[in-house]
Amino acid sequence: MVLASDIQVAQNVGFAIIALMMIIAGVGVIAARNVVHAALSLVVVMAGAAANYVLLSAEFVAVTQVLVYIGAVMVLFLFGVMLTRAQVGKDAELNNKNAVVAAPVALLLFGVLAYVLLKGFSDDKIAATTGNGAKPQDTAVISDLIFKPYLLPFWALSFVLLAAVIGAIVLARKD
Amino acid sequence: MLLNQFLILGALLFCMGVYGVLTRKNAVMVLLSIELILNSVNINLLAFDAMNGNSDGNVFALFIIAVAAAEVGVGLAMVLLIFRNRKNISLDDLSEMKG
Repeated sequence: MVLASDIQVAQNVGFAIIALMMIIAGVGVIAARNVVHAALSLVVVMAGAAANYVLLSAEFVAVTQVLVYIGAVMVLFLFGVMLTRAQVGKDAELNNKNAVVAAPVALLLFGVLAYVLLKGFSDDKIAATTGNGAKPQDTAVISDLIFKPYLLPFWALSFVLLAAVIGAIVLARKD
Repeated sequence: MLLNQFLILGALLFCMGVYGVLTRKNAVMVLLSIELILNSVNINLLAFDAMNGNSDGNVFALFIIAVAAAEVGVGLAMVLLIFRNRKNISLDDLSEMKG
């Protein structure tokens, strides 16, 4: 029996708006004639992804997404655009001749993925995240997971970040 | 909400990212497309996480965000080095290792 509370109209309308925004901005990333416009479209995609994480009741990851991606990574990208003087303004030299091959590859990949997903997860539902039986993702649970079962990967990731920071300094340094 | 609406959105963003990686010539644009791909993977992980009800997917998503930050740092440093040595960052010109 389908209850009215199972349909979640508000969440679905919100998802539709966010998804439409993300798709338009995603097309902007891959079709923009200007590096800065592509980077700013990517900000919209990332913000939409953060909104999707909130819909999926993963608030901590959403906040981390905003801080790390929109805050740090995009500033790094805009610095990269600035320092490489990547033709701010119109640029005909942005794409190579691969579009004839890349468009069928991407479309075929999407077709296969969509077919498999629709066949495999035809009407699996995500549990209601509001109202009765709501089970918000507690940040304490995430921290318990990171610092107990995933402690070793967390350490490894710390070393990866350290190595990346040192490597970036060594590569970009003028000497 | 259906699980599939998130998975299809992720698949669409993934394919856009693949198209961008294949067609762009500017190295910074290729890195932007790679970010698109990583974001789509995160959406998938969190959708499965919300369906299964445990928080492991959140941890994986946080790890992916950290690795993506490291990747962008090293990638942009390499782009900067290429630009300093060659005065452009067109990936089509980097063909010295072609046999």
